[in-house]
Amino acid sequence: MTRLLPLALLAGLALLPLGLDANPYLLNALITTGILTIGAMSLNLLLGFTGQLSLGHIAFFGIGAYVSALTSLGFEVELGFGIRVVHEPWPAALGFLLAVVAAGLCGWLIGRLSFRVRGAYFVIVTISFAEVVRLVALNWVELTQGPLALTGIPALTLGLPGLGSWTLRTKVQNYYLVLAVGTLCYLMIARLVGSRFGRAMRGLKENESLALSVGINATRTLTVAAVISAAMAGAAGSLYAHYLRIIDPDVFLFATTVTMVIMVVGGGKGTLMGPVVGGLVFGLLPVALRPVMAPEAQWIVFGLVLIAILFVMPRGLVPGLAGLLTPRRRGEAPTGSAIQPVEVRS
Amino acid sequence: MDQLLQHLVNTLILGGTYALLGIGLTLIFGIMNVVNFTHGALYTMGAYLMYLAVTALGLGFFLALPAAILGGLLLGAVIEFVLLRPLRGSDIDTTMLVMIGAGIVLQSGTLWIFGGVAKSVPTPFPDAPLHLGPVSVSWLRLFVLGAALALIGLTYALINRTRLGLAMRATFQDHDTAALMGVNVRLIYTATFAIGSSLAAAAGALLGPVYVVFPQMGGLAELKAFAIVILGGLGNITGAAIGGFILALAEELGAGYISSGYRDAMGFLIIIAVLVFRPTGLFARAERIG
Repeated sequence: MTRLLPLALLAGLALLPLGLDANPYLLNALITTGILTIGAMSLNLLLGFTGQLSLGHIAFFGIGAYVSALTSLGFEVELGFGIRVVHEPWPAALGFLLAVVAAGLCGWLIGRLSFRVRGAYFVIVTISFAEVVRLVALNWVELTQGPLALTGIPALTLGLPGLGSWTLRTKVQNYYLVLAVGTLCYLMIARLVGSRFGRAMRGLKENESLALSVGINATRTLTVAAVISAAMAGAAGSLYAHYLRIIDPDVFLFATTVTMVIMVVGGGKGTLMGPVVGGLVFGLLPVALRPVMAPEAQWIVFGLVLIAILFVMPRGLVPGLAGLLTPRRRGEAPTGSAIQPVEVRS
Repeated sequence: MDQLLQHLVNTLILGGTYALLGIGLTLIFGIMNVVNFTHGALYTMGAYLMYLAVTALGLGFFLALPAAILGGLLLGAVIEFVLLRPLRGSDIDTTMLVMIGAGIVLQSGTLWIFGGVAKSVPTPFPDAPLHLGPVSVSWLRLFVLGAALALIGLTYALINRTRLGLAMRATFQDHDTAALMGVNVRLIYTATFAIGSSLAAAAGALLGPVYVVFPQMGGLAELKAFAIVILGGLGNITGAAIGGFILALAEELGAGYISSGYRDAMGFLIIIAVLVFRPTGLFARAERIG
């Protein structure tokens, strides 16, 4: 069943726009949810599989968004000492690639800096990084327009040699793009955690001293995980910029990191499907709550749901529900936690 | 030179409240091993309690301050009792996420109840500042400094001179042994969280009247409190007190001589620098517990 669930979900999501009859409000909610879900999947790689709680994940997302937007818009800045940098606009697809590379590089930098420390220190250093990046985006007006926002970001154009090219302007096109990128990220993460490298990551999470004693290089493994995670978040940020066509320093808000953390923890950290299910549930929860309550009240519900999940299903929805659905074998302890439902926790 | 003197005076005044924030956070971390993500919300609560006590209850400025601090104390005790006590023994990430959830609830609740418009707290101090040679300072800010220093002194006396403080220090060193010696560790945890929360509320109640009171004011304050605590070393109370003044100095000089836009970035740059060069904080002695 656990093998079929992702495929069934993918098929359902692929057919969904037909059923929605191109309802723009719902499609928009699905696209932004999908983009945040990709962010949550990338966060899960760090939080779920290596056990490092990064609360600055939005920095990589925002860097991806800004790099992609600036690459495709062009810019002109004075760096001081008479050095001027002028950049002519490039195609948006190149912006996407550069966003992935730039976010990955930042992931490497933060990994090198902060994996010297663990636990609470790591959490705080990642928050600090995100705040510094936000303040730079807010204050370097010449490059980023500051609070005035970068506007007129071009839509992504995809082309295959010999087949022509398409510019993704409609919501349905963007929906399928996000679905494709999300599926790709899912498959990459699945391959990664099943590999030797994935075992090293989980080894470090379960017992760092033991992992070190069998020759796993902790800093290298964690840094590589951070690079991949950051690059995926950068890709999500780039999709966000080219879909909304406008970004401002608010993409760096701490609240978005919290949303991604809730998606991962609520869905089930350290499982492949957890962030996907969590992403869909918590991404679409505001849509369901919108008719009945004010935005502030929605956030109160968000906070209460997070607390409730940690108290009732500390391992998240996917492991929790799988534990309820799987029939108990005789002689087994009657607790949900004794069952190991998800394939990666072999 | 005059400008520098003025910056140093401002540093003292800002540093006092920063130190309060940092001491509260580091106390909770040191004794309970909890990263308190409600600290910013409690800071906001303190400011709003101050506002309510002065405007709605008509308590008067000097009575409103202890009322706001008491409110923070009670709120902290409730948070500890409802959320942290059942989670004793779970890992630090779980409590951290529960505290994030509680912080969201408190902050959104404030926004829902009071609305997003900033409020100002009326004060009894004269508008004209006090001139001391080249520097000038408002009476309100002078009072804020005095009150902050008094509260820091009270906290030190509580920890070093009372039986409760003795029990807190024992729990800090080894909670199992403290429990064996007859310390009611659960009560100590509640008391610690309540005291730490009341210090955050005090900082909010003191800085609220200086600036304005709004629901999101706690977000940045919380991040600054983290910076202060990292600077002093997690769990180090004296370190947090000094860290508060260092952060204030960095912000004042950064805003004055580099760019006022990056004033709030100073704390984070300090965190990153400290973690690169001295990962256990500036004032680390031997290995600390917690």
